[in-house]
Amino acid sequence: MGKLRAWLEHNSTFFVLAVPLVAATGITFAIGDLLIERIVTVLFIDLVLVLALQVFMGNSGILSFSVAGFMGIGAYGSVLFSMSPAAKAAALPDLYPLLANVQLPFLASVLVGGLLAALVAAVVSYPLMRLSDAAGVITIFSLLVIINVVLVHWSRLTNGPRTLFGVERFTYLGTAAVFALLFLGVAWWFKESSVGLKLRASRDDAHAAAAVGINIVAVRYRAFILSAFMAGFAGALWAHFITSFSPYAFYMSAMFVFLSMLVIGGPMSISGAVIGTVLVTVLREGLRNIENNVNMSGILPSGLVGFTEVVMAVLLVGILILRPSGIMGGRELRWPPRHPRADV
Amino acid sequence: MITLDFIVNALALGSTYALLALGMVIVYGILNLVNFAFGELLMITGYSLFVLSLGPRLPWVVMAVLAVGVAVLTSYLTERVAFRPVREHSPTAMLITSFAVSTLLQNAALLIISPRARGVPLPKLFSMSARVLGQDLPIRNLLAIATSLLLLGLLVLLLRRTVLGIALRAASDNFRMARLLGVPANLVISAAFAISGLLAGVVALFWVGRTASVTPTIGAAPLLVAFVATVIGGMRSLAGAVVGGYIYGIVFSMIGILLPPGMMEFREAFMFIVVILILLFRPEGLVRGAYSTKRVG
Repeated sequence: MGKLRAWLEHNSTFFVLAVPLVAATGITFAIGDLLIERIVTVLFIDLVLVLALQVFMGNSGILSFSVAGFMGIGAYGSVLFSMSPAAKAAALPDLYPLLANVQLPFLASVLVGGLLAALVAAVVSYPLMRLSDAAGVITIFSLLVIINVVLVHWSRLTNGPRTLFGVERFTYLGTAAVFALLFLGVAWWFKESSVGLKLRASRDDAHAAAAVGINIVAVRYRAFILSAFMAGFAGALWAHFITSFSPYAFYMSAMFVFLSMLVIGGPMSISGAVIGTVLVTVLREGLRNIENNVNMSGILPSGLVGFTEVVMAVLLVGILILRPSGIMGGRELRWPPRHPRADV
Repeated sequence: MITLDFIVNALALGSTYALLALGMVIVYGILNLVNFAFGELLMITGYSLFVLSLGPRLPWVVMAVLAVGVAVLTSYLTERVAFRPVREHSPTAMLITSFAVSTLLQNAALLIISPRARGVPLPKLFSMSARVLGQDLPIRNLLAIATSLLLLGLLVLLLRRTVLGIALRAASDNFRMARLLGVPANLVISAAFAISGLLAGVVALFWVGRTASVTPTIGAAPLLVAFVATVIGGMRSLAGAVVGGYIYGIVFSMIGILLPPGMMEFREAFMFIVVILILLFRPEGLVRGAYSTKRVG
């Protein structure tokens, strides 16, 4: 009994975070409102993406822009396998014959999307892991640009810059909730694992970490691949939710949403990622509501395009000035609650 | 074919790229900040021109000077309002701030003006060409080269001959040491942002001059150019930035005539692969600065 109790107490963060998410899913089902259901579903998919960002950026301290790119790889990678040959013939007439005739079940396709993103990350990222700070950010940003250019121009696979139609819907509230909980567990497990601990050590002091024998490049590399897998998986889920999309969905504006979620919540903790995702989702929906109402009422002749982003950007800068490590400041929610200083 | 027209074109491109890279590096050198909002300064200049053209008729030169002034002011204000308060936190916090400022400015343009392209007034001179050695050369390109050289010359004078310039160079060599020797940090950083804004503003005149229009997302392309050029030339050296800009402009033009048309679409991806390779194998760039980029492993 003592062992189980200790285990539960150690991993209480997962349960403290999972219970409200499960409850939210239940309440959404009970209300049965289509709009709320869509919002909560997207929230869960975003949560997986923010957790993907947290796995690398939160633990290593390196700002990672590539999450949106891997999301795109996962989305296109999965869709190419889940669409029926007929749908592919209509949407992607120039598709390679090898791919044109295969069709996998949804779940397998989504998994393929995640694995494809992880594979790309595994092939290209090892040398990039040597770089820190500005150089690290520019190279990972370059990776995002490269992925985007390839997605936009590889017309045979992606329909180019045009929207890709004909994907069947697979992701519903339940699917998204299950995978959000699963990856919540994965992100928590990774942070607490020995690789995660080493990575956090290298974030806090690279020299000290190297001095105690931590191979910084190797631990960063593993986190980057896991992050890419989660992003790819989430991208695949999203693709089968939204059912038509273009490469521009996986670029800077998407990245801004994920970054604001993680940074506002607190990048160094899983609790921060969850709280940030929920908070920013609620805020964005509220702002978008205002935007829509103003646009519908026609008070302003030109409408309120960009209002949500402006407010979010101001908020993000405000948080960075006042509380640079986010709302949670690196702490985790626990049960029983600990003294706030206990695990800083 | 390598003709005089091609050479002038490549040099004009290189000159504007050199100014872009310099505008990026002058801030990076001092603050270690990769300023994602740099491209938006060009957008602001473009929109200032558009707004000025709505008012009373002014000579174009006056409008251009005012628009560049707006860019300088914006650059200074972003430093004052957003970057200064987060300066003492982590470098990552500053990077995210610059990303947020970039998003803010872009969407402010969407909100205040319009998502659609707006026309920008241009002087007649920009659409004329001069006949040199039997070839028609666009005056816009000649002007770009001349303006860049003039601006680079003035900047060299500023950096070498004035107290502010020496303080800037000292700060970009070793900021902490410069502060210990009594260089006022806020003044130097503000000056760097103002110069960065000036360079962005001047480049913007030629950048919007190509299409005679401005959109909220016009800043993305010059930002990427500045990234590539600074990495090629060396992130820690002002001279390197200029070299990187010219090399990028010339190489980019060469690719234009060498690469088969089918691959042209991937030209940007190729340039970014170059960036990654240079950062990996020669992170200090072609021109070595005071010290090279920190790297583990």
